[in-house]
Amino acid sequence: MTYQKYYVPEQSKFPIYAAIALFLLVMGAAGTINDLGKPESISVYILYSGFAVFAATLYFWFRTVIREHIAGLDSAQLQKSFVFGMGWFIFSEVMFFAAFFGALFYVRNFAVPWLGGDGEKGIANMLWEGFEASWPVMSTPDAGSAYALADKNMSWPGWGNALKWLPLWNTIVLLSSSVTVHFAHLALKNDNKKSFNIWLGVTVTLALIFVGLQAAEYYEAYAHYGLTLNSGIYGSTFFMLTGFHGFHVMMGGFMLAVMLSRSVFYNHFDPHSHFGFEAASWYWHFVDVVWVMLFLFVYIL
Amino acid sequence: MSAVIESHNHDDHHHGPTKGLTRWLYTTNHKDIGSLYLWFSFAMFLIGGAMALVIRAELFQPGMQIVEPEFYNQMLTLHGLIMVFGAVMPAFVGLANWLVPMMVGAPDMALPRMNNLSFWILPFAFLVLLSSLFMEGGAPNFGWTFYAPLSTTYAPPSVTFFIFSVHIMGASSIMGSINVIVTIMNMRAPGMTLMKMPLFVWSWLITAYLLIAVMPVLAGAVTMMLMDIHFGTSFFNAAGGGDPVLFQHIFWFFGHPEVYIMILPAFGIASHIIETFSRKQLFGYASMVWAMASIAILSFVVWAHHMFTVGLPLAAELFFMWATMLIAVPTGVKVFNWVTTMFKGSITYETPMLFAIAFVVLFTIGGFSGLMLAITPADFQYHDTYFVVAHFHYVLVPGSIFSIMAAVYYWIPKWTGNMYDERLGKLHFWLSFIGVNVTFFPQHWIGLAGMPRRIPDYALQFADWNMISSVGAFLFGASQILFLFIVLKTVMGGKKATPEVWEGSRGLEWTVESPAPYHTFTTPPKVN
Repeated sequence: MTYQKYYVPEQSKFPIYAAIALFLLVMGAAGTINDLGKPESISVYILYSGFAVFAATLYFWFRTVIREHIAGLDSAQLQKSFVFGMGWFIFSEVMFFAAFFGALFYVRNFAVPWLGGDGEKGIANMLWEGFEASWPVMSTPDAGSAYALADKNMSWPGWGNALKWLPLWNTIVLLSSSVTVHFAHLALKNDNKKSFNIWLGVTVTLALIFVGLQAAEYYEAYAHYGLTLNSGIYGSTFFMLTGFHGFHVMMGGFMLAVMLSRSVFYNHFDPHSHFGFEAASWYWHFVDVVWVMLFLFVYIL
Repeated sequence: MSAVIESHNHDDHHHGPTKGLTRWLYTTNHKDIGSLYLWFSFAMFLIGGAMALVIRAELFQPGMQIVEPEFYNQMLTLHGLIMVFGAVMPAFVGLANWLVPMMVGAPDMALPRMNNLSFWILPFAFLVLLSSLFMEGGAPNFGWTFYAPLSTTYAPPSVTFFIFSVHIMGASSIMGSINVIVTIMNMRAPGMTLMKMPLFVWSWLITAYLLIAVMPVLAGAVTMMLMDIHFGTSFFNAAGGGDPVLFQHIFWFFGHPEVYIMILPAFGIASHIIETFSRKQLFGYASMVWAMASIAILSFVVWAHHMFTVGLPLAAELFFMWATMLIAVPTGVKVFNWVTTMFKGSITYETPMLFAIAFVVLFTIGGFSGLMLAITPADFQYHDTYFVVAHFHYVLVPGSIFSIMAAVYYWIPKWTGNMYDERLGKLHFWLSFIGVNVTFFPQHWIGLAGMPRRIPDYALQFADWNMISSVGAFLFGASQILFLFIVLKTVMGGKKATPEVWEGSRGLEWTVESPAPYHTFTTPPKVN
């Protein structure tokens, strides 16, 4: 048996730059949020500089990895490390979403019914007598001025209005994009780069459409429904889950766009070696699955 | 291709480290990064320990004498956070970095550059956390468990910095764990099947899985806190339809596996050391693996035993009580196996073995008090008393931290090529052993007598044992300076170590020279 040497880069400046960037990002983000409404605060510039250093570091870091791959430095074993690594990263993201879905589950099944007087801990209703539990809960137990109540929620509007309901279109768009990215993958495996570029381009376009529709939905929520982060627990869970997902769509879409430009401008990827694309497409499928769960638990049920 | 890559092609991977500071900043070497983690952890151990001594100094006598209650709360919070995230976890990651590649016969960690990033995030994260001490309103003061609404509605402004520092600590842990898992899954030498892996490697495989599963949940919890504090959401606010108890559920869904994250690698370490100094093969290898896996899986379904008094439905109280007690079974298997390994062995009592035996005995005491706390009706009495403090310090200090010290004594000849001073090592052990028991054993009694935790003052009847506890704490703290001295002395020089170091040592790391060359196993060894 022969062994390919496992490629271990001797030294690298990228990690320390990335760590410094994260430090700036964290100090800048926390400072900016704490100083909201104080125009003299400079924290936002720290935030921007952190973002710039981070983006630049990632650019050069990935460029180096890509060049190492093209130079043939990475053995099959190292490529397998990337595969495992990406898989476990996606698992960590699943658990990140699990925290928010868990919160939704707890609120819907325990906290809100108890506040409304139902169930074993229904005694909680004594705090705010008269609060009635329902989901989506359109009021808050404490009816004071601290909360801006919504007039309307985002749930399933019934068959009659289904076609005018944005989340349905969002679902169609995102599910199709999962299919188109799969077509792109098949095209790549068949060594049809042109078809690969087209399908990947379609996927990125669908990602953009999704983000646009989501923005339209948020606009509608804020401007017409009165549904905001400040509307109590329904607004909290709605915006947290869809917002965090939307952020992931942007990241996944960005990854796919990078892969598209690598293919179009540098002719990267061949039928046997394209893990960069594959990793981005796995991420995309993951984002899609999360949306299906969202559609089910946030919108429909 | 760029010149950078060209130069890599000529590397023969056998030269030593580069000189100067950049060696540590730019390194991709698992041994360098392991050392960085271990030194960082020790620095945090001393800082967190100094904070503990502020607490114990204040509690030396009843009444308020040294610090303000507000500052006491900040010390309490930072002590917990620093010890958990800054001392214990990085120490285990450091050991994993040093040992896992050598134990499985790999040339390095699977993703060496990311490995360096995982480490370098930590000093910055703790810089952010510690800088909060100098901010307006002071550092976080809500305890290391940061329950809402103490950490939301009533938190100082620095909580925002705390939240983001937890985010990047989590990123560091997740990347570190991905690296460990991928190394173990993908980089084992030919013939190193899963059930031949050294137990420390097994313990870290399971630990890394737990970390990847729960660190994101912690990130989710702090993200919701951030939203509640600054953006008007109501996750942890019943007035808006949320629930402060929701915070506790999410926190402990992370927190309970986290407890095992801090003890599973210790199980691995104890197994190696007891095996070596008993000069016998470890009893029940397979059952050790299954026990660790069972503990890890059960750790996901016991979280609410931290919350028996918050008003859970009866069914939940019963479920979480029984599930918790179930953990005693695999833990009992492990203790049984350690004791049986020692049974009729030719035991010698070098410093690592002393620490390992103390680990087994004192961790078991902590386990038993854990069983007492698991009994829901009994917990109604014990909850938030010093009994709880005694319990978790028994599993963390003579549990996790003794195992880390045992590991340092056991492997430091391999790391430095020099034997440590056995007399000083034993002195350190006995001072620590006495210190830890004098500190924490009396806390069982004052806890059962009703002294609440997290309070800077107490009723007069608790005065005697508190004074004794404080004396023990200062003894324990001072003896760690001796530890620092012993380690530095060993790094500087000492009796040369052989490759095997110990008479009964088993495993690949003992087949390479001492000190281990900068690069080991660039071609994988054959494992039979």
